[in-house]
Amino acid sequence: MSADKKLPDPSKLKEEILSKYPAKIARKRAKSMVINDTKLDQEIQSNVRTIPGIITQRGCTYAGCKGVVLGPTRDIINLVHGPIGCSFYAWLTRRNQTDPGPEGPDGENFINYSFSTDMQDDNIVFGGEKKLKQAIQEAYDIFKPKAIGVFSTCPVGLIGDDVHAVSREMKAKLGDCNVFGFSCEGYKGVSQSAGHHIANNQLFRHVVGNDDTKPEGKFNINLLGEYNIGGDGFEIDRIFNACGINVVCTFSGNSTIGAFEKSHTADLNLVMCHRSINYMAEMLETKFGIPWFKVNFIGAESTAKALRKIGEYFEDDGLKARIEEVIAEELPKVKARAAEARKRTEGKLAMLFVGGSRAHHYQELFKELGMETVSAGYEFGHRDDYEGRKVLPTIKVDADSRNIEELKIEADPERFNPRASDIKLETLKEKGLEISDYRGMKTDMADNALIVDDITHWETEKLVDFYKPDIFCAGIKEKYVVQKSGIPLKQLHSYDYGGPYAGFEGAMNFYADIEMMLSTTIWKKIKAPWLSKETDPSICAEYVA
Amino acid sequence: MLLRHTPKEIKERKALTINPAKTCQPVGAMYAALGVHGCLPHSHGSQGCCSYHRSVLTRHYKDPIMAGTSSFTEGSSVFGGQANLMQAIANMFTIYNPDLIAIHSTCLSETIGDDLNQIVSKAIEDGKVPEGKNVIYCNTPSYVGSHVTGFANMCTGIVKGLAKHTGTAIDQVNILPGWVEPSDMREIKRIAAEMSAPIVMFPDTSDVVDTPQTGEFKMYPAGGATVEAIASSGDSIKTLALGSYASEDAAKLLDSKFKVPYEVLDIPVGLSATDRFVEALANAAKVPVPASFVAERGRLVDVITDMSQYLYGKKVALFGDPDQLIPLTEFLLDLNMIPTHIVSGTPGKKFTKKIMELCAEKAPNVNVKNGQQADIFQLHQWMKNEPVDLLMGNTYGKYIARDEDVPFVRYGFPILDRIGHSYFPTVGYTGGIRLLEKILGVFMDKIDRDADSTKFELVM
Repeated sequence: MSADKKLPDPSKLKEEILSKYPAKIARKRAKSMVINDTKLDQEIQSNVRTIPGIITQRGCTYAGCKGVVLGPTRDIINLVHGPIGCSFYAWLTRRNQTDPGPEGPDGENFINYSFSTDMQDDNIVFGGEKKLKQAIQEAYDIFKPKAIGVFSTCPVGLIGDDVHAVSREMKAKLGDCNVFGFSCEGYKGVSQSAGHHIANNQLFRHVVGNDDTKPEGKFNINLLGEYNIGGDGFEIDRIFNACGINVVCTFSGNSTIGAFEKSHTADLNLVMCHRSINYMAEMLETKFGIPWFKVNFIGAESTAKALRKIGEYFEDDGLKARIEEVIAEELPKVKARAAEARKRTEGKLAMLFVGGSRAHHYQELFKELGMETVSAGYEFGHRDDYEGRKVLPTIKVDADSRNIEELKIEADPERFNPRASDIKLETLKEKGLEISDYRGMKTDMADNALIVDDITHWETEKLVDFYKPDIFCAGIKEKYVVQKSGIPLKQLHSYDYGGPYAGFEGAMNFYADIEMMLSTTIWKKIKAPWLSKETDPSICAEYVA
Repeated sequence: MLLRHTPKEIKERKALTINPAKTCQPVGAMYAALGVHGCLPHSHGSQGCCSYHRSVLTRHYKDPIMAGTSSFTEGSSVFGGQANLMQAIANMFTIYNPDLIAIHSTCLSETIGDDLNQIVSKAIEDGKVPEGKNVIYCNTPSYVGSHVTGFANMCTGIVKGLAKHTGTAIDQVNILPGWVEPSDMREIKRIAAEMSAPIVMFPDTSDVVDTPQTGEFKMYPAGGATVEAIASSGDSIKTLALGSYASEDAAKLLDSKFKVPYEVLDIPVGLSATDRFVEALANAAKVPVPASFVAERGRLVDVITDMSQYLYGKKVALFGDPDQLIPLTEFLLDLNMIPTHIVSGTPGKKFTKKIMELCAEKAPNVNVKNGQQADIFQLHQWMKNEPVDLLMGNTYGKYIARDEDVPFVRYGFPILDRIGHSYFPTVGYTGGIRLLEKILGVFMDKIDRDADSTKFELVM
């Protein structure tokens, strides 16, 4: 299917999917399944409770807080307060690469470790604060870390352990270790998303701004919402380096506590994964005057575009020229590689159901491969991630969201320093920069594309059957379900243990991997030869005779 | 170094677990439930539990792992999860049409005190469970025991929910295989078939989590013990419970409820444990041990005699689950290897006692610890103080193996970075050969890698 051809109308498919559901559920799910009409503002119901028993992709608040946002930071001990499982499952499973350098005081790396209070039934009955204190002390005695983060799991909130009080007490006692807690119990919110918010809040409250040392670079930025899965952050850093752009802090791929502490000294925040980190961008702007805009380093063209936006922002001819040189150096070989891959990928169909931004960002890479995204949706996105931040004022705050703390931030009396005037920001907006804005996934999708939020297993099966996509993008739980249907699935959380896919090198890796997946011949041999043959009884009889 | 902060000096810990050698109950319950045909496991708790358990099982098996969740919110945590579970039961039967649903609880639903018995009864009363369908359940508080306990609890839940007693004895033996791989379950069935011993085995995850690629996704694959077969277990003449941690409770229940006597055996890993299993099964089923088993056994012994120079006196560090570690330790001793450090996160006093008994003669200085703070960090520290020649354990062991340059055999759960465990058993005599092949393979790879070019050997 070429890009100019209209996508098939999925109205019947939607009807068929809903017909299996009880009426009340059908009504609810209908609002989360939208047939895209680019001319219309359409509401896509999202960030609402998952229906019990429906088989969802979603995880919990703890996963979003500890696993996603704090997981990639190497020199903090992430101590999970709860029964053993929560710490076990979040142990090294998210592929956050980190480069601690040589061993020594600056070479701390706790990412390969899992820490837990391993709560037992007596801790549930009599409270777990004593054990938590003791565990913090033991972690400190053995490792002498700069920081210890304490993560609450479901029972902690229920029995009333006060992780914040314990953290304060232990911080004071230890003296040189920043101890702080997260109330990220798994039952909070409706998905991982609440956990991102909680992580943002506590990092901002306890870490950001603790070190006013000015950065040495000329063009100082923070990269927000980039978690260095498969080394994505390393590739982006390589490009920034080549351009002369200095990253003060990445939230939070390959990060350190020290970098977070200095992040308020940067002059610009670039937001990659809007869903998980927009809170941080807003708080840094309000308190310290650092503007932010949305970028995407997934896709070679998007990468070039993002770099040019940075050049525009800093209004520096030298930087702009250097950025153009880097793009001119890098882009031709990427384009050549895409052209080669397109021989095998052009016109093929993709579907993406993942994350809170990946399902949007990766459509760029598929476009570069000449592939069409027929259907997509987020696992834990909000309406603004679909429809753009323009809908923020109209989003109704429900009980689940209201329970997640919203920090009241004011301008820092001494350190607030607006890095760009309102006039400058307005001018940049006119030039197309998404200043303090994100336009969302919907606007980039074709007419008739089916947008599905928090897709269920039943819907997945029906969509695969209807579209017969050439590739399906989701996570590990969906991987073999879809592949058993004879369709390759690309994991976009773990990249199937490959990557990086960001930046220029990453784009080429992605082209190669998708080309490989679409060219793998084993799919044609799924059926045993004797089952593939026409069964003509007369021929059989003759043969036997 | 990957684990650059692990010091040689051991400080006593009383509260902090580092790099656990266990995980929590519900994942075991989910795995056990998958061993019933047509069953959809259900996690009564937050979404994260279900997502994590499905993920780790999927990574281990590279196969679809389907399960539902009650998707608790803050409201359900305050007011109780009954409404969520009732809705989940209704939805799963309507949308996914399983033969049965197997519910396990979580630390969340246990802490707030949800009563599964009462909720399931109410679901049945309210007509949420269609005619001919079943709902079974078990309690799996994550703050008690380990993933092995959860497996055991679901085995008990299966007996409680499905086993029946008609009064007419059936000439068959129940086998509770314990937490083993689908390949092992398949091998146990083969051994029984070869002996012409009629058995009912559950759970049975073969053909559930090791399914063939057919181009068609089947939500309920061909395998799994059928509800009918499990029902008949109450009429069996005997139960063989493999592994006391995973299987004894269910066997006890079959005894107390239906007077089916039971015998607890080790999982048949290695020579001696397999000998005992074969004899016990032959006795229970009143069948002779076929001659072919003498040959099977002989092949294993033959490999050991042929290769003993590479095995004799080699020190081994092990971590994993008690039911596996006990027969594995015995096997290593049969190989004249020296179990040196052993940890299991699963609590229970009988584990260390049993290991000490086994090692009393040949490895009296063995370090062994289980339960709280018996973790891989502890094991690593022991290894730094007394180095070993071989490390055996789940995938997390590879960080130690690389740091310490110790040959490493993946064994246990989870194995996230290699295939094979789904397809090739480690139980039985043939499984013993596979373990030996793996152990010898890593030893010889190291010899080949490290040999000076003048000493590089063609024949080994």
